Formats: sequence, structure tokens, C-alpha cells
Amino acid sequence: MPTRSETLTRAASLRAMFEAQGAALVEPPILQPATTLLELYGEDMRARAYVTSDALRGEQMLRPDFTVPVVQMHMAEGADPARYTYSGEVFRRQEEDPDRANEYIQVGYEVFDRADPAAADAEVFALIAEALRGLPLRAVTGDIGVLMAAVEGLQTSARRRHALMRHIWRPRRFRALLDRFSGRTPMPPSRAALLAGQASSDAPLIGLRSRADIEERIAALHEDAATPPLSGREVEQIEALLEVREVMPHALSQLHDLAVDMPDIAPAVARVTAREAALRARGVDTDNLMFEASYGRSSMEYYDGFVFGFRAEARADLPTIASGGRYDALTRRLGQGREIPAVGGVMRPGLMLVLEGAP
Amino acid sequence: MTLKLGVPSKGRLMEKTFDWFAQHGITLQRTGSDREYAGAVAGIEGVSLNLLSAGEIPRELAAGRIHMGVTGTDLVHEKLALWEQLVEPVEELGFGHADLIIAVPKAWIDVDTLDDLDAAAAAFRAAHGFRLRIATKYHRLVRNFLRDSGVADYALVDSQGATEGTVANETAEAIADITSSGETLRANHLKILCDGMVLRSQATLWRSRTAPMDERIRKTLKELEARLG
Repeated sequence: MPTRSETLTRAASLRAMFEAQGAALVEPPILQPATTLLELYGEDMRARAYVTSDALRGEQMLRPDFTVPVVQMHMAEGADPARYTYSGEVFRRQEEDPDRANEYIQVGYEVFDRADPAAADAEVFALIAEALRGLPLRAVTGDIGVLMAAVEGLQTSARRRHALMRHIWRPRRFRALLDRFSGRTPMPPSRAALLAGQASSDAPLIGLRSRADIEERIAALHEDAATPPLSGREVEQIEALLEVREVMPHALSQLHDLAVDMPDIAPAVARVTAREAALRARGVDTDNLMFEASYGRSSMEYYDGFVFGFRAEARADLPTIASGGRYDALTRRLGQGREIPAVGGVMRPGLMLVLEGAP
Repeated sequence: MTLKLGVPSKGRLMEKTFDWFAQHGITLQRTGSDREYAGAVAGIEGVSLNLLSAGEIPRELAAGRIHMGVTGTDLVHEKLALWEQLVEPVEELGFGHADLIIAVPKAWIDVDTLDDLDAAAAAFRAAHGFRLRIATKYHRLVRNFLRDSGVADYALVDSQGATEGTVANETAEAIADITSSGETLRANHLKILCDGMVLRSQATLWRSRTAPMDERIRKTLKELEARLG
């Protein structure tokens, strides 16, 4: 195992590489107010991050990642375009695998630039790929935006599209919703009784969820029952999209074929095409670069476009060595009315040293 | 060295545990004044009784400070991550039945499943500006259960007691708590979701996987397990 000082030395040289690209060094505090992260990611965040508290400031979280504080800082005081780099500890609760580190050093690079998103995506990916050159890693890319566009384009009610969007990051639940909206799973008996007007309760209504809330949901359920099932063809198209898992040139031709039947994904596919060209222009061997349409669906919820990760080929036991993606929507949510296209990535210098030291 | 057996220090759980051991020819009893937490074991050699709070028995087993202990499945699963590596169930004792369940107001006629709860939570957040609150003291179990069930847009709020009252008090919209007969739920105008069973729990005798043992304790353990099995 590399020592802490070896890891910090490597982190400093990686950071210097990003500074040479014109990135400003930022150092967000280790203790972050818990409310922002909980508001963004909900209760699941507590399973991933350490929460502590004091009587004055309330709940604080040990920084589980840098992206959120860097976005907050940029949205509050940064002028664009901007490039930032940082390095330091992040803390992750590990309750299932004692071999996973709960504290480790991350080095990152974030680009806030409106000019050319494809070029910015390629810049982040290529710089990180360059820093990792020589390590036995396999890169995978994807694009959450294509799946989002496919969901947006479904010929069904806005409510159903919204429900699917909400669960894009929960693949199993997404699958269950698709099955229900396409009539593949039967309606639970309690739902059928409710729609038939046979559900009633003599119990007093307690709590803050009001009579109006209940009636609104019943109306929504009636509307949903009257909505025709999602066609088998559309479900198959989504499934075909999720199965795209090929090197870039083949993946692109599959995506273009799919876009013939799903014209709504065409702009998102065009973005993948533009990114491929930008990556190639940066010297990335895209002929051998993997693209998986479902990649990144079970990671942090903030990526909404390009996603990528580098994993050690022969060390399935190691976590992802480097990862990143585009998070335009996050800048909107934290920007209080402002937004800016943004993309970034992080590396784990400690794991890089482990791989270099391995025989 | 003696084999240390941890048993709940008071109430019905203690009495029933004593009864259960008595049925197997082992007498556990409290000694000294009825306020003193000291105990004695008769009917088997080499076993000492540690009277502990039921909630602390999982921790003591995991740390290897007791060799065996009686406590609920719910407490072991909630308090010990990777509990399988730390403790092993020896016998289910057939009492102390309690189910950890998710319950919502009975008047929510539109909510009967976890799928309904998820949809109601999304709408609640949009309408009220904060996440639907679920009161519980079983944070880890409930969070894992809801994550695996694909429920989003909720927040857990801590409730260490009188959890069934939190909805009427408007400090939570739903609850996750243990129930045996469901009477308290009914009295508080709550109903259990049809697929809202998080965990079925009962009093269980556990063996620590981490407690140090010498030859003598190993022999006692074998004898004890043979008698109880």
C-alpha cells in the first residue's frame, strides 16, 4: 500500500498538471452543511456519507465529494468560463465492504464553459486519460442524456414520462415502471378497488398530507388508468438503447439506427457524434473506446450527459480509478436561477500508486 | 474462564428467556436484591450470566465480550453491519415476535403499496416543499429497505419512542416501527402497507464469532448447544 505522503505527492503533481491547463486551485472545507447534499440526493446520501452535528450549526457532512461545493462556489462568485482543480480527502461510509476505503484522496478538474460542450467533454476526458497513461485500465464512456431524451420522447402521458425520468438512476425501479406502463404487470388489487370507487376509510385524517393531496393523487390514478399502455415497440426501443454496448464507431452506428425510429434522441446522438470527433481531435483512440448506453445509471444522480470511468482490467476488486461526467442540471439546481454547462472528473492517486506497485 | 451468556436484564424478555432456558434444564436467575443486576446459572457448569440491556447485546456479541446472547433479530440487523461475520444465530426462541413495518395514515386510501408510497412522496415534496418524513429508530434497516424498493423523496426522522404518535403530532407523515399485534397502530389511525414488511423479528440466541475461547469454553459451548438444540 502506498503511504499517505506518496499519495499526496502524486496528488500534487496531478493537480499541477491541471493548473498548467489554466485551472484555478480551490479548497472547499471538509465540513459541508448537510442540508444541501440531503436536499439534492435524499436519504440515500446518509448511507454514503458521514453525518455529524453540533448544537449551533446543526448537521454537517464530511465532504463526500468536491463537485457540489465547487459548483456552489462557482455559481456564487465565479465568472465563466472557468476551470478549477482541487485535491484532498473525501469520506465515504462503507457498511457493506470492509475492504473499501472510507477516506481517500481525490484530485479533480472541473470545467465551466459555455462555448463548446463537446470540446470541454473531450478536454476533461483526454487530460485524465493522459494522466493515467501506462496503467492497465479500461475506459468506458456513456451518455445519460440519450436515455433521458428517449424517455422524453415516449408517446405517453407527461406524468408517466416524469415518473420514468425520476427513476432513471434506479434501474430496477425504472424497469418495473416500464413494465407497468406497458401493461406487462397486472394492477395491484388495492389499486383496482380504489379506481372502482370501492376504497374508503372511516379513520380520521391525521398528519400533513391533506385531503386535497389524496384527491389529487386519485385523480392522477384515474388519468393514468385511462392512458393507453405504452406500445411494445416503444418499450423494445428503450431496451435496445439500454443494450448498446460497443466500441465507439459501432455504438454510434447503432445509435443512429435507433434514432431513425426514435427521432427525439437525434439531438442527443448528435452530441455523442460531436464528442467522438472532439475526442479524436484530442488524440483519443475512439476506435477502441467503449460506449455503454446504460453506463453511470447507478452512480451519483447529478450526471445528465457525458459520463466516463476508468477501471483496472485485472483488478475487479478495486473501485473505479477515475470517473466523471457532465452535470449541467446540477448548476441549474444550485444556481438560483442561473446555469452553465459544466463537466468534470476525479482521479484517485492512491489507487494509481497501488496499480503501479503491483507486479 | 467461563462462557459468558448475555441476557436482557429486565421485563418480559428476561422472564421468557429464563423460562426458555428452564425448559432445557438450565436455571438462570437474578441474585442479590431485585435492583442488583447480578445473576447465577445452575444446571450446567462453566456458564456465567451477564444481565444487559437488550439493545446493547448486539454490540457486546460483536466485540466478543460475551460468547452468547439473547436479543431480537431487529436489533442485530440494525446495529451490526455485516452481522453474519460477527454473530451466528443458534436458536430462535419463539417469543418476542415483532415485525418492523412501514405504516401510513389509514385515511390514505390511495396508498397501499411501496409503489404508492413512492408516488405519494414525489407529489408531497412538490406540494409541500420538503420530503415526506418517515419516523423511525431503525434508520439503517429502513433506508436499505426503501432503497431496494425504489422509494425516493422521503426523509427519515429519528423517533426513539411513541413513534405511532408522530403523524398526529405532524412531525412525520409515515412511520417505520416494530409491531406485534398492530393494536397501537390501529389506535393511532395507521395501517401497514401490504408490501411494507421490512423484517420479521423474534428473540434469538446468538453466538459471537469474535469472542476468544479456550478449550474449556469450547467444551461448555458444545454441551450448551447440544442441550438447547
